[in-house]
Amino acid sequence: MLERTHGNAPLAEIQDLGVRFVGREATVHAVNGVSFAVRAGEVLCILGESGSGKSVTLRALMRLLPRQARIEGSVRIGNEDVLAMPARQLRDLRGGLVSMIFQEPMTALDPVYTVGQQIGETLCRHSGMTRIPARARALELLELVRIPSPERRLDAYPHELSGGLRQRAMIAMALSCNPRLLLADEPTTALDATVQVQVLILLRRLQRELGMGMIFVTHDLGVAAEIADTIAVMYAGRIVESGPVAAVLGAPAHPYTQGLLASTVHGQPRDRDIDAIPGSPPDMRKLLPGCSFAPRCAQRLPACRLHTPEARWPAPDHMAACLRVPASLG
Amino acid sequence: MAVIDTDKPILDARDRGGPAQPLLIARDLKKHFPVKGARGKSVQAVDGVSFDVQKGETLGIVGESGCGKSTLARLLLHLVVPDAGELVFDGEGVDTPDGIRVDALRRQVQMVFQDSYASLNPRMPIRDSVAFGPFIQGKKKPAAREIARDTLRKVGLDPELFGPRYPHELSGGQKQRVNIARALATGPRMVILDEPVSALDKSVEAQVLNLLRALKRQFNLTYVFISHDLSVVQYISDRVLVMYLGRVVELGPADAIFDKPQHPYTQALLGSRPSMDPARRIEEPPITGDPPNPIDPPSGCRFHTRCPFAEPVCETRDPPLGFWRGGEAHAAACHMLDPHSGHSLARDA
Repeated sequence: MLERTHGNAPLAEIQDLGVRFVGREATVHAVNGVSFAVRAGEVLCILGESGSGKSVTLRALMRLLPRQARIEGSVRIGNEDVLAMPARQLRDLRGGLVSMIFQEPMTALDPVYTVGQQIGETLCRHSGMTRIPARARALELLELVRIPSPERRLDAYPHELSGGLRQRAMIAMALSCNPRLLLADEPTTALDATVQVQVLILLRRLQRELGMGMIFVTHDLGVAAEIADTIAVMYAGRIVESGPVAAVLGAPAHPYTQGLLASTVHGQPRDRDIDAIPGSPPDMRKLLPGCSFAPRCAQRLPACRLHTPEARWPAPDHMAACLRVPASLG
Repeated sequence: MAVIDTDKPILDARDRGGPAQPLLIARDLKKHFPVKGARGKSVQAVDGVSFDVQKGETLGIVGESGCGKSTLARLLLHLVVPDAGELVFDGEGVDTPDGIRVDALRRQVQMVFQDSYASLNPRMPIRDSVAFGPFIQGKKKPAAREIARDTLRKVGLDPELFGPRYPHELSGGQKQRVNIARALATGPRMVILDEPVSALDKSVEAQVLNLLRALKRQFNLTYVFISHDLSVVQYISDRVLVMYLGRVVELGPADAIFDKPQHPYTQALLGSRPSMDPARRIEEPPITGDPPNPIDPPSGCRFHTRCPFAEPVCETRDPPLGFWRGGEAHAAACHMLDPHSGHSLARDA
């Protein structure tokens, strides 16, 4: 077992992360200066709509980005500088210290190997186990993620499992080398409602029992409310609001978060329109100066178009990047 | 609650049966798809589904993946021909000798699909895509183009700006508006919406839902709205039909379904909804496991393998869809509701 960090030292610290995809015709500014930290035992939810840069941010933490991506800033995980790491060390990091689960287990798992073989391979690669103990450990892992009749499932191919079981098998594989940080990219989005809640409860339980840090990317406010300790709301490649889940969802300070809450359908009266946010997210190839949300914002000021609003703090642990938020503590 | 929007009389020259005649009646619809390589086996996608759609209402259909809701949508338009069962549109049997022909049905019923990009021709500017329906149905080209311009305006897209564009130049929300415009361009009385907002971001989803509600009022439309998202169905529907593995398990007014769900599956679905409140998280999943494979569905009540209240009777006998406790409007198919079923938890109504 790896030693676990206790106390307050962050497990992962990301500073001023920027990701650009440079193409022949245009450059996409996917992530534009994102900073956050995650401690052991903490769940950070990155909440955002498609194109907000939430998945790119997550992938940048493991440098799982295509070659045309230009990454800037600093990513430190457990005292290691991930962006400066040589390829060999990076391979040790991935699946060892940090591992990741994806939205679509059918494409993340290899269709031509059984679940047991795939979990075993990870174990052999990272902890030097031989085949037989690896199989025993794989069985333990399937039990850990509560797969019914795990002996039988070890020899099953991914297509023989239901969506929920496949997702559990992927979680088992991600946990196989006792990662200290688990990255989850919309792991419940493709699942049915009755299965989604099972996987969420499982992830919450495992994260707590194993004391892992977790970064969970989602577009779904309800899912974030179920699993997050802290939330970071992303819009156009920036974190526009962050703080404890109860504060961000209970008293959102940024107009975008407020709009997102109002436009999410959850028991609004049927005879009235939903308060939708007008317009659509900006084109990440041609970002304008100023607050990216300003063109859609009902509360915008002339100054919003001039420069990117800096962080303001409605409470010591609650940040919102908006000129409308009082600059000093009230 | 009003099932039918009564503030506007339904005036339509094509109306044959009058306001009391359901616009669409489905009786015992059945569609089994044979499975390749497995002799005699089939996916029982829709297995004996019956319901009415009243004029002017929105009927929501919910269920998990594989429950047959999308096949059902296609059956209603004969995009997939049912193996058995009948469809009656405004009093006329669909595809029967003295009834309404399928092409005539499709003039009055249109459909919007989930994948807004795949449903548009990538090589056609959107004004042509929208004009295509009216043109095929006999309008001259200039008239069809005029209809397209007008309909694009009604879904909130400037025809001068967006008309010449191709689908890949539009955002997801804009493409879905084009699909809605295309469905409306032929002047349908009924629109079947198959997961129309599921692929959209939340902020755009709200815009499209508002648009759909406004268009329904403006054109006196009747909607069949299919979704896996209970909150969206609750918001948009007058009545709700809950499907599980090809069967109807519950059908009733939206308020009744959401306030007093009768079927254990509906209760589990509602209990699986995230709370939106971090102080009231779901601690235990309402049911375990995944929906079973629709090839070889469980015997008797198809939900018995996951139902916390299942007893031997549930395994052997099919529960009928009946009106038990909810009066004449609210039906459910569960042995616990039927006092004579032999289930130990069955009570007198």
